[in-house]
Amino acid sequence: MGLYWIAFKTIVVKEIRRFMRIWAQTLLPPAITMTLYFVIFGNLIGPRIGEMSGFDYMDFIVPGLIMMSVITNSYANVVSSFFSLKFQHSIEELLVAPVPNYVILLGYVAGGVARGLGVGFIVTLLSLFFTDLYIHNIGVMVSIVVLTAVLFSLGGFINAVFATKFDDISIVPTFVLTPLTYLGGVFYSIQLLPEFWQAVSLANPILYMVNAFRYGLLGVSDIPIAVAYSMIIGFIVILFSFSLYLLNKGVGIRS
Amino acid sequence: MSKALEITGLSKRYASGVEALKGIDLSVENGDFFALLGPNGAGKSTTLGIVSSLINKTKGSVRILGHDLDTERDKAKRSLGVVPQEFNFSVFEKVEDILVTQAGFYGITAAEARPAVEHYLKELGLWEKRREQARNLSGGMKRRLMIARALVHDPGLLILDEPTAGVDIELRRSMWDFLTRINKAGKTIILTTHYLEEAEALCRNIAIIDRGSIVKNTSKKELLSQLRKQTFVIDLDQAVDEGLQVSGFESRVGGPDSLEVDILQGESLNGVFEQLRQKGLNVVGVRPKANRLEELFIELVRGASGGVSKPALQKEVE
Repeated sequence: MGLYWIAFKTIVVKEIRRFMRIWAQTLLPPAITMTLYFVIFGNLIGPRIGEMSGFDYMDFIVPGLIMMSVITNSYANVVSSFFSLKFQHSIEELLVAPVPNYVILLGYVAGGVARGLGVGFIVTLLSLFFTDLYIHNIGVMVSIVVLTAVLFSLGGFINAVFATKFDDISIVPTFVLTPLTYLGGVFYSIQLLPEFWQAVSLANPILYMVNAFRYGLLGVSDIPIAVAYSMIIGFIVILFSFSLYLLNKGVGIRS
Repeated sequence: MSKALEITGLSKRYASGVEALKGIDLSVENGDFFALLGPNGAGKSTTLGIVSSLINKTKGSVRILGHDLDTERDKAKRSLGVVPQEFNFSVFEKVEDILVTQAGFYGITAAEARPAVEHYLKELGLWEKRREQARNLSGGMKRRLMIARALVHDPGLLILDEPTAGVDIELRRSMWDFLTRINKAGKTIILTTHYLEEAEALCRNIAIIDRGSIVKNTSKKELLSQLRKQTFVIDLDQAVDEGLQVSGFESRVGGPDSLEVDILQGESLNGVFEQLRQKGLNVVGVRPKANRLEELFIELVRGASGGVSKPALQKEVE
């Protein structure tokens, strides 16, 4: 087995062990929050709203809520784990060892993806208590959710590199990610918006991910799927390159 | 045979403009027990930080067991184990997991690492604690855990930065024994310490760094032979007058029943004892005021910089 492959697996196992150890902070809260969303927006308010894009409101919001969990958890995992690594100086364990920077990056991203997908899976299971799950295109569904988790894990990594105190790791999730997710078509189709706000919504990258995932499940989307793929992959390439550059320069980790 | 560590023209200028290292050269023989000493801010940690890949150098080269840190990075890193001064492991991880994880970073699978993990945890008295979270360990245990972690991939060179800071006397002695054992078994050890007694007891060769330059690099024996003056405290069997003097020697009253005498190189204490006997004072004990290396250290650093920089020494109180 390759030495770097063992190092990669070690980082991933360490990351999974970390978020499993603190499951009450990592796995349980999204399960409870999403169950509340299903009950309130799906069961109680949903029937009064009627159909959205030709589907029951509950069916419409399930893909968005799954994506919301994946986005927030993949981001949160890497930003908190990598920042803690810096804060406790345990990043030195990695820096003294012969682990190339790209392996460190891939390991932490894989850890974020594991938590994002794990929480996404839990939310998907919970959704089955409220609705039947349609799968229109499993390839699109799986690839979009994985790529999205990768993208937001990279985002979390960059946030952690620049963070110097614990406050810094909650600014982006609170003031950027959450608003963009809520305005990213989780709860509504942008067809409901006036033309101007439809155009503004198209500048929100999360809209593309939510809609592409919704297409995988329900077969409906406000945007072309090819555009969503291009955008997600493009962002991944940019953020991966930037993350690697930061690691190679030692920004925030080496003096 | 290649040297354990070879540093050539190593410089470091921080972004703040501070020049922490001014092109130092340093080499450590294979199998040596070597001390790098210096006052706070002298450049010890910067030197070790660069060797450990925790700090980016400005100029110069570092070779670890013959492997260049720039061109043979993996081999160089595999040859090195580092025990930092501050605890730097995840306190929420279990003791055993910390070691297995560290081995994994060196490309060693958990199954391959188990024998070494068991060996070092047992050697360092941590085997019973292997399933405990690291945060539940005492300070001394945490320090031993860092030593075990640094050795788990079997490096040829072990660097310890203040390994016994804050450790009680008994534990310090047991760590000395352990380090001496692994040194005899073939590992090269480099340590920094503020306890100069530690360097004197353990090390064969010593370098002293001050203000980014190596001011001395020689054997302990050679270094100690340069000691020109040593102060002894002589405990007497009765209280002494404030004005008590020993002719021919620099002396002063050190306490109600003790006298401090400076002995120059080549001088003997017999003359002092004789004078005290003539004054009706019996000697009940003699001890050096500071250890020999400490005296020399102060002399060298003061000589190089016109004064001991920063709070230079943290004298050991046992």
